[in-house]
Parts: sequence; C-alpha cells; structure tokens
Amino acid sequence: MKKKAVPQADAFVSGHRACQGCGMALSVRHILRATGNEVIVVSPTGCLETFTSPYGYSPWGVPWIHHLFENGPAIATGVVAALKAQKRDHVRVVAIGGDGGTFDIGFGSLSGMLERGDDVLYLCVDNGAYMNTGGQRSGATPTYSSTTTEPAGRMSRGKTQLKKDLPAIVAAHGVPYVATASAAHIKDLQKKVKKAMTFKGPRYIQIDTPCPSVWGFPSDRTLEVGRLGVECGLVPLFEIEDGKITSVRRIKKKIPVEGYLKAQGRFKHLFAKGQRVEEIKQIQALADANIKRFGLLKKDGAGESIKK
Amino acid sequence: MSYVKVVEGSEAVAFAVKACRPQVISAYPISPQTHIVERLAQMRADGELDAEYVRVESEFSAASVISGGSAAGSRSYTASSSQGLLLMTEVLYASVGLRLPFVITGVNRAISAPISIQVDHQDTMSLRDSGVIQIYVESSQEAYDTHIASFKIAEDPGILLPVMVCMDGWILTHSYERVSFMEQAEVDRFLPPFKPPNFLDEKNPKTWGSYAEDNVLMEFKYSIQKAMLYGKRRIKEIFSELSKITGRDHGGLIEAYRTEGAEVILVALGSMAGTIKDAVDRLRSEGKPVGLVKIRCYRPFPHEDIWEAIKGARVVAVMEADFSMGSEGAVGMDLKAKVCGRPGAPLVLDFITGLGGREVNQQTVEEVVAEAQKALNKELPPAESYWVGLDPSIIP
Repeated sequence: MKKKAVPQADAFVSGHRACQGCGMALSVRHILRATGNEVIVVSPTGCLETFTSPYGYSPWGVPWIHHLFENGPAIATGVVAALKAQKRDHVRVVAIGGDGGTFDIGFGSLSGMLERGDDVLYLCVDNGAYMNTGGQRSGATPTYSSTTTEPAGRMSRGKTQLKKDLPAIVAAHGVPYVATASAAHIKDLQKKVKKAMTFKGPRYIQIDTPCPSVWGFPSDRTLEVGRLGVECGLVPLFEIEDGKITSVRRIKKKIPVEGYLKAQGRFKHLFAKGQRVEEIKQIQALADANIKRFGLLKKDGAGESIKK
Repeated sequence: MSYVKVVEGSEAVAFAVKACRPQVISAYPISPQTHIVERLAQMRADGELDAEYVRVESEFSAASVISGGSAAGSRSYTASSSQGLLLMTEVLYASVGLRLPFVITGVNRAISAPISIQVDHQDTMSLRDSGVIQIYVESSQEAYDTHIASFKIAEDPGILLPVMVCMDGWILTHSYERVSFMEQAEVDRFLPPFKPPNFLDEKNPKTWGSYAEDNVLMEFKYSIQKAMLYGKRRIKEIFSELSKITGRDHGGLIEAYRTEGAEVILVALGSMAGTIKDAVDRLRSEGKPVGLVKIRCYRPFPHEDIWEAIKGARVVAVMEADFSMGSEGAVGMDLKAKVCGRPGAPLVLDFITGLGGREVNQQTVEEVVAEAQKALNKELPPAESYWVGLDPSIIP
C-alpha cells in the first residue's frame, strides 16, 4: 500500500536555524514546493546543511543526505544509480549546494556529474561567499566585494577578479537545462524548477540568495536587495536550453549599480571617504555587459532575443 | 558444485564481486587495481553483470558514488589503490559515520613521494583509524573467498560498516593462480539481497548526515567502536559459515601457522605470509621452533586471538611493509600496546620490510629470525624498529 505523500508545503518546514531574512531558506522552501515530494535531496556541507540538521531536529519532509563538502554531485550520482538499479523510477534526485560547494571545492565533482549526464537537478544557492564560516571569498564572490579573507583596506579593494561564470561553464558540458534565478523572484524560480523537472539528465539552476548577515543589510530587506541586483543587471536571470539562451527576465529601465552597492555593507568601502569611482565604474561596466549579452533592456535590440 | 580455473588475481576478485550481485559499481583507474574494474566493465559490456557502473572523474567521487548508492539502499562496490585510497580518506571516514556498508578492494601500493607503483601496505595502513573494517589476504583464492564474505560482514545489522579487502598489488592482482569458484546458487544462499534497516526512502523520509556537537558526537563514535568489537565475533562466524560451504578454511581473524611450541613467532599480513610459511617449514625441518601469525582481520584488531597464539613464544618478530613516520610500524605499535606488560609476554620486535616492492624472500625471513634469536641472547641493540636490507650508502 502506498503511504500518503507528505503535503507539499511540509517538505521544508519552519523551525530551522537560518538567520533572519535568509534568502537561501526562503528559496529552498519554494524549490521543494516546485519539485514535489517524490525527491531525495542531497546537500553538501554549507549553510543549508548546518542550519537544517542539528542532530535530532530536521525541517526536511523528504529524504535528505549530507555527506561532505566537495562531493554533493557524486553522492547524488550514487543515489541516482541506486534508484535506477532498484527501478524506483518515480523518485528524482535534487542536489542543493552553496557556492563554495559548487563553484569551488565541489567543482570537479560537479563537472564529472554533468559530463556523465546523470539525472540530477543541481541547484546552487549562491550567496557569493563562504557564509557558514563567516563570509570568506569564493569563486562566486562578485568583483570588489569585501570578504573576510580578502577584506577591503588601504591596500585592498576586496576581490579584484570576476565572479566565475558557472552557468556558461555548466552549459558548455552540453546539458539540457541551465537557468539563473533569484530569491527575490520566487514565482520565476518555481517556474524554472518545475521546467527543469521536465527534463532528464543533469540540470543546473543558480539562485542568487541575498544574505543579510554577511552582505550587510537589514534582515527585512532581502527581497529588496535581491531585486536591486536583478534590476541593475548584475544578476541576470535567464534560461539556457540545449546551449541556447531561450529566455531572459527583462528590466524596465537601466538603473545605476550604485543603489545596489550602497545597500550592502560588503561594498561600503567603495563609498567611503575618497570614493572609489573607478571601481564603481568597472562594476557598472559589468552590469552593462550583462545587459548587452543577455538583451536585458526592453528597448535594447542587442544580445539574444527573448523567448525564442 | 564449485569449479576451478586458472585466473589472474584481479579476475578472481571481479568474479567474486559479480557473484555478490552488486547494484552500484564505481570505477576510476589506478595501477595496480585497474584490471579489477576493467574486468567488471567487460562483464557488464557482455551482458553478464547487471549493475549500474559509474565511471567517475576521481577516487574521491568513486568512494562518494558508492556512498550515495549504499545510502539509497543498493549493494555497492569499488576498487582502488595507493594515492586513490588516500584521496578517498575523507569520504571513508564520513561513510563509516553514516554506517554505509559497501565493499572496497584496497590494492596495496606504495605512497608518493617518491612515486612508485610497487607494492607495500602504507596506503591501507593510513586508513586503519577510519572505522573501515580491513581484511588482508594472502592468495587469489583467499581474495575470492574474502570478497564474498565481506559483503555479508559489511551488511550485518550489528556491523553496518564499509569493508576493505586489502590485497597486494602485482604479487596477487597480476599473477595467475588456480582459483576455485563457488556456484552462483551457493553465493545467493550465503549472501541474500541487501536489505538495509535504513535507506533514503521517500515513503519514510529521514535526515542523514546531521550536525552534532559535544552533546552526542562521542556516542556516535563509540557506536562505531561497538560495531567493531561485535564484528570480531561476527566476522569469525561469517568466515566459518563460508568455509563450511567452500571447504576452504583460511582461518578466523588470524591464521596461526605452526605456532605450537614456537620460540620465535613471525607476524605478517598479506602475500608475505605465503613466503614466510615456506620459510617456517624449512626452519622447522631444520629443528628450529619458528611459527607465523598471519593477521587476516587487522581492523578490528584481534589482539585476543593473537595473544592466544603467541603467549608461549619467547620473541615475536613483526614483518610489516608500512611505517608511521616518527614512530614505528603500525602493526608493531599495535602489538606492543596490546602485549607488552602482560605477564610472561614475549619480546616484540618490529621489522620494516618490503617498502616500495623491495623483495621479501625466504632469505629475508631467515635474516629476521636470526635477528630475533640475537635479541633473545641480548645481542641485538634495542630499537623501536629494524629496517631490513637498508643500504646506508644510498640514503638521500
């Protein structure tokens, strides 16, 4: 006899230990509503693992496994293989990792999983640094963000390199579906998760999840900061199917990046005495490049077209 | 009825693994392990093996894939060696903690640097504290039988730990021996399908791999030790259950070879034991009271059984192919800790032999026995360990 499925809303319940205003917790709750409950979730080490798994407590209403930091994708592969061997075809595997476990330490494992074509929906809840350990620099940290291992100072402008373009790298593996999403646009996120579930094989969604604790903004402004990131062009939201951009979330009008940067403590060094005008210009150039590359502006004819 | 074939050691392992009906196999190449996973791949290509076979991008993922497979309730297997085993180290510790009962063949090979593909036990010995059960084998036949026993050991509800069958690279994996195979029906009767008490089950969702602190971490670790201690009894029972089917008895946790009345007892693991047995036979024929304790199960460490076998001897000479830098050999260390101080305990000497594939032959064994006898006559200067056959003129 088939047991009654857990109500969808209960797949990820409250009571976990995320910080107030955590963009990641919000995203995960809505991701699970979109995947349904016939899933096994794999999470590498990170914020999500820590705040959801103090021994004896769990918000997870679906089977969930944490193993190590760098092997989320390989654990997911193993689960997929076992499900296949046992012919449990109705169960899908969803991996949810942070940017440290995805961009950096788990990158080799992720690439292996993508290349093998394993049937895993991998979601990167990206808050742009190692928040679980106090906000150290990762490959996902945006340019000129100050982090605890690359702090801004008299001799430092924070991270001087670019954020790793992981969606493009994932897409280059020839996977069927890649998308970016934001905790500030939950409906869009859920739509993408639902769409991803219709594909077989490796799928990747990277979700911008604002972190009040380390980005440095009040915990009631998570959605606002997330929206600003999308609207200024620094966080482009798009879908790539079989290597081609098939949709982008357009922005109404071009707004300068300053508003987004000023809202966050991690960029405050750019506006301190002796303002770093050149650095802000460079960040604006990154946003402009995104606007052009993805055709984000409604009137902008450049870049890839929308909804091909 | 069983049947006999002359096969390469690696092939014997592949046949044993196939007979155990694994559901998830992961593979990453490293010498001298590669022939095992290649043979399994061919079996699958030829439709003889029905298992998911995942070709991973590193040994870290090889161990991770079988961890995920095992957690999701499938019988899982991989093989590795040397650097590969070291790369798996973190995965193995975590899988022990999650109580994932897969089987790994640890094909013994030296550790870099200098890089070498030759045999010694440094790789698997580096994993001795992980909570992975380690069983060392002397021959291809013992490798075959032990692999079949290993899945049953790993999956025992009172154990639920990974098992590593440690097998000397080249000497065993690449030499051809006469191996007696079991019938599939016999294996199936001995080893029923894997039915773990817990697995990633959508009908009964559980949270795996929790975060723990001072409130419960010690208890988790102790539960592993408890499984190890229980394992000492259970492993012996499983070996004996299998030997009743096969008619082959490789011993229990240890094999005591001609230890009765022995004045000098050698202690060894793996294929070296075969060489030592021949040397013991010759020395015995010359009237010299020498015996051998072959440690089969190294973790859990069967010191009770070893004590029973060595307590009448005057000196115990460990011959081991590993070393804990800054101290002594791992087996010597274990034995000294468990034996010294017991009333009437023999003297324990630690001889380091065969690192990086340096030959251990009968002459080596006789040299060690001669040194042990010198120690009895108080003519051997005391040392934590004795490196056999070291050439001082070329030490860098």
